[in-house]
Amino acid sequence: MKNIIPENPPFKLLNILYKKEFILFMVLLSIILINSNVSPYFLDLYNLIDSTFLFSEKAIIALSMTFVIIARQIDLSVASIIAVSSCVLGYTTSIGMDTYLVIIFTLLSGIMCGAFNGFIIIRFAIPSIIVTIGTMSLFRGLAYSFLEDQYYNKFPQFVVSLGSDYLFGYIPYAFLTFIILSLFFAFILHKTIIGKRIYSIGNNPESAQYTGIQVDKYTFVLFTLNGLFSAIAAIFLSGRLSSVRPNIAFGWELEIITMVVLGGVYIYGGSGSILGVVISIFILGMLSFGLGLLNVPGVGIIIFTGLLLILSIGFPSFIKYFRSKNE
Amino acid sequence: MMNLIKNRDFILFSIIIFGVILVGIANPYFVKPSSLSDVLTDTSILIILALSQMIVILIRAIDLSVASNLALSGMLISLLSTVYPELPVVFFIILSCLIGTFLGVLNGVSIAILKVPFIVTTLGTLSIYRGLIYFVSDGKQVYSHEFSESFLALIHYKFLSLSFLFWVAVFVFVVMYILLNHTRFGRNLYSLGGNPDAAKYIGINENKYVILAYSISGFFAGLCGYLWVARYSVASTQIAIGFELTVISACVVGGISVMGGVGTVVGCTLGALLIGLIRNALPAVDISQFWQLAISGAIILIAIIINTKTEQRKDKTIMVE
Repeated sequence: MKNIIPENPPFKLLNILYKKEFILFMVLLSIILINSNVSPYFLDLYNLIDSTFLFSEKAIIALSMTFVIIARQIDLSVASIIAVSSCVLGYTTSIGMDTYLVIIFTLLSGIMCGAFNGFIIIRFAIPSIIVTIGTMSLFRGLAYSFLEDQYYNKFPQFVVSLGSDYLFGYIPYAFLTFIILSLFFAFILHKTIIGKRIYSIGNNPESAQYTGIQVDKYTFVLFTLNGLFSAIAAIFLSGRLSSVRPNIAFGWELEIITMVVLGGVYIYGGSGSILGVVISIFILGMLSFGLGLLNVPGVGIIIFTGLLLILSIGFPSFIKYFRSKNE
Repeated sequence: MMNLIKNRDFILFSIIIFGVILVGIANPYFVKPSSLSDVLTDTSILIILALSQMIVILIRAIDLSVASNLALSGMLISLLSTVYPELPVVFFIILSCLIGTFLGVLNGVSIAILKVPFIVTTLGTLSIYRGLIYFVSDGKQVYSHEFSESFLALIHYKFLSLSFLFWVAVFVFVVMYILLNHTRFGRNLYSLGGNPDAAKYIGINENKYVILAYSISGFFAGLCGYLWVARYSVASTQIAIGFELTVISACVVGGISVMGGVGTVVGCTLGALLIGLIRNALPAVDISQFWQLAISGAIILIAIIINTKTEQRKDKTIMVE
């Protein structure tokens, strides 16, 4: 399935996606059903809304990561970019810059980190997994060497309210941003020529190059975009925590990739959809929220996430393996 | 081609020697034999893990779960040693290796039989194994006074004034060298990594080798589980967290190509030594510990860029021929 470009894209693509998303949706439904049966506090509107705080920042990055993975790349440095951008946010605030300048510099720092990734990857033609393992240490290390054992806890009021306030008293800004961005991304990926090109790059970068797609340019832009989104997540996260240390968002890259891969995006590129990723984000979010209500410690959630990740991909091959043995 | 690779190892070796001399000029205490042997001791676990990771990278895969595997095996034998302190230490070492191998086999089966891509599998088991440590230990630590004396004594044994840890690393180096250079297994690993399709046509069972490679990686992670716990005399949920990336960087700096099939045991060891040297030398020349991560990140990037440049040149010559 991974290397087939459908002859009649709109129709067939929808068909394939329908199945994957359907299974994911069923998983989400059963998680919600089980949770609301087990805990009376689960189906409380305020609780549910507040639970989105736990995953909105990761979810924002997961959107751009979906593009990166569909284009047959991977970015392990996102969490470290959050650390760099949060430091820039804290520093620019501490030297008394205006709020709009603070935001601009924070976003710029993310863009620069992402562009650096993209530049190394296309200029030297190195696999992105290795480059971003390197920049993961480099960026995190920059945050450490800049902040050492200090921390920032003063941020512009605007940033703090972005991170912790609600629109109309109901919808957290981070969650709202995630929803708007996911609609926008779904449109780009599924309805525009840009999305089609990203799929074809992921399916076969060489033939995409021969059909006149500027693969390098797309790769560069996608990594820059990932940097930008990490910076956006950094703004929400710093605002919410009201405290920045160099180890902020440690280990998030793996959680974000889990969100994307669980959502049915093929890790070697070329297939997947925003809808699947959005559903998988809700699956993971509702799962950890529900387990949290049941006083299951965080580690239970870690183990469960890992199992879910492997089984969701391994199960179809497992069935295939048994069938071939029986024959 | 062999010349080039040998050359590369030689360059790496020169950089290490040059680095030691430079640091020695800045801080004469660093080049004292006792201090240098401490560096070797400190790097031994990294060398062992880098060599076993190399086997996996040779067949175009990566094992991200080694650090979690190490921590889980270490925690399990520590818990057991608090309950049965009278058991001989050899028993614990063997048990640790067996647990590690089992966890490695799980990785291999998931990749070879369930066809779950290696990144997904080892990312998943990275969290699962790490999570299981909390599960078995209830989040508690095992402190030094809870271990039996024999459990900790072995690690302090010295031979020719070099530590036990270092001699284990030397032993692993020799075993790996023979395994990769003088056995059919080693040759097949290189051919699988160099060209998986061709390797399959000449009758190499890919699944078998994938499972074997991950079991070896798991075996040594288990061994290092004992070494790590005994060396620092503490087993906690947090040990070796993030260490898998240091291990992979050591391989990359040592010239192991992530595209598979390229790399030498000597190069890999030198790569680990260089990373170990940097980690130990920074405090000696008064560079804040906080710079360590950024500097190793920069070095990894530079090493990768140099690696790929030499590789790409090689590709070109083949095409011209």
